[in-house]
Amino acid sequence: MSNVKEILFGPLFSNNPIGLQILGICSALAVTTKMSVAIVMCIALTVVTAFSNLFISMIRNRIPSSIRIIVQMTIIASLVIVVDQVLGAVAYDISKQLSVFVGLIITNCIVMGRAEAFAMQNPPGLSFLDGIGNGLGYSVVLMSVAAIRELFGSGSMFGIEILPLVSQGGWYTPMGMMLLPPSAFFIIGLLIWALRVWRKEQVEAAEFKIGPHTAMSHS
Amino acid sequence: MEYYLSLFVRAIFIENIALVFFLGMCTFIAISKKIETSLGLGIAVVVVQTITVPVNNLIYQFLLADGALAWAGFPEVDLSFLGLLSYIGVIAAMVQILEMFLDKYVPALYNSLGVFLPLITVNCAILGSSLFMVEREYTVKQSTVFGFGSGVGFWLAIVALAAIRERLKYSNVPPGLRGLGITFMITGLMAMGFMIFGGIQL
Repeated sequence: MSNVKEILFGPLFSNNPIGLQILGICSALAVTTKMSVAIVMCIALTVVTAFSNLFISMIRNRIPSSIRIIVQMTIIASLVIVVDQVLGAVAYDISKQLSVFVGLIITNCIVMGRAEAFAMQNPPGLSFLDGIGNGLGYSVVLMSVAAIRELFGSGSMFGIEILPLVSQGGWYTPMGMMLLPPSAFFIIGLLIWALRVWRKEQVEAAEFKIGPHTAMSHS
Repeated sequence: MEYYLSLFVRAIFIENIALVFFLGMCTFIAISKKIETSLGLGIAVVVVQTITVPVNNLIYQFLLADGALAWAGFPEVDLSFLGLLSYIGVIAAMVQILEMFLDKYVPALYNSLGVFLPLITVNCAILGSSLFMVEREYTVKQSTVFGFGSGVGFWLAIVALAAIRERLKYSNVPPGLRGLGITFMITGLMAMGFMIFGGIQL
């Protein structure tokens, strides 16, 4: 039981795919200007990761290792096509805003990385949970970045006005910077910093130790 | 000619695939610790991009697009939903062929690229360029130039980041920010630098 809990909730903070495993960063940056768009992306990715883990795990003993990348790619690509078609039918506007990024779930390293690292060695049930867990870990980062960017960039959350804008007679001047892509890098960088201050064991070892004679040690 | 030149410059600077569209970020951040390896990876990306984007363009134009199968007698068939599957298949196959070709005829380059060649299959910059090519309806010629240009753009960006990170080893970064965190910050600053090209019209 504790094993299941660890697989499901471990990726949220202690082994976060974006914060620690360096997986799936591309889309984390590009689709986070609005929370409504980001949440659709999170759901799409979680579904794809969970089901690709499930199916790959089911046939893991039948896949020859020399062609496993192609087999995994085919399964993932078919799932993404299904998600893409469903989104186009159910939420057309949002699927237009996501543009190529739904398609790019195929090459999102979280899906591929978890298939290779977890689903190839574990039974289907656990793999499915691992997929959901990693999808949630991704969603936590994506949603917090999107919340910060939408709140400070356009004064709203999920399109509902929180901070009344100056242009509409309110008091808040929106930070244009937050709507521009580079801000996502700074927010994710700061989130990683915060996460590592909280979880000390995730701090990376220094490659080069600064000697005691430098001016820094006296300050 | 002038049109293709401006398309090329656009793809490198104004629409840099790594620093403006943020594609291929995983590779970009994971494999930029040393200049030599990032140089090798950059070359591989340029080669694969220049081949796969036009090939995918041909596949889209003659097999998948709405009404593209008219030459085979099926004018009402629309296979564009198979796009993703075929592009990724082409990319995987191309990478495999390129690997075998280099191994046989250019062993020096093959050895220097090493493990990065197979990794390119899952680099979203490559698939992303093919998807952009479809979205913008480029012709074969345009897509060749675009593929080459965006490859060069990625190469430029990853080498620049690797150069900064090599220097960064000797700086006094707060412990929590060390490694991944500070790399994000630097990439953000580089992306801001690339935003100056934003308003330029060619």
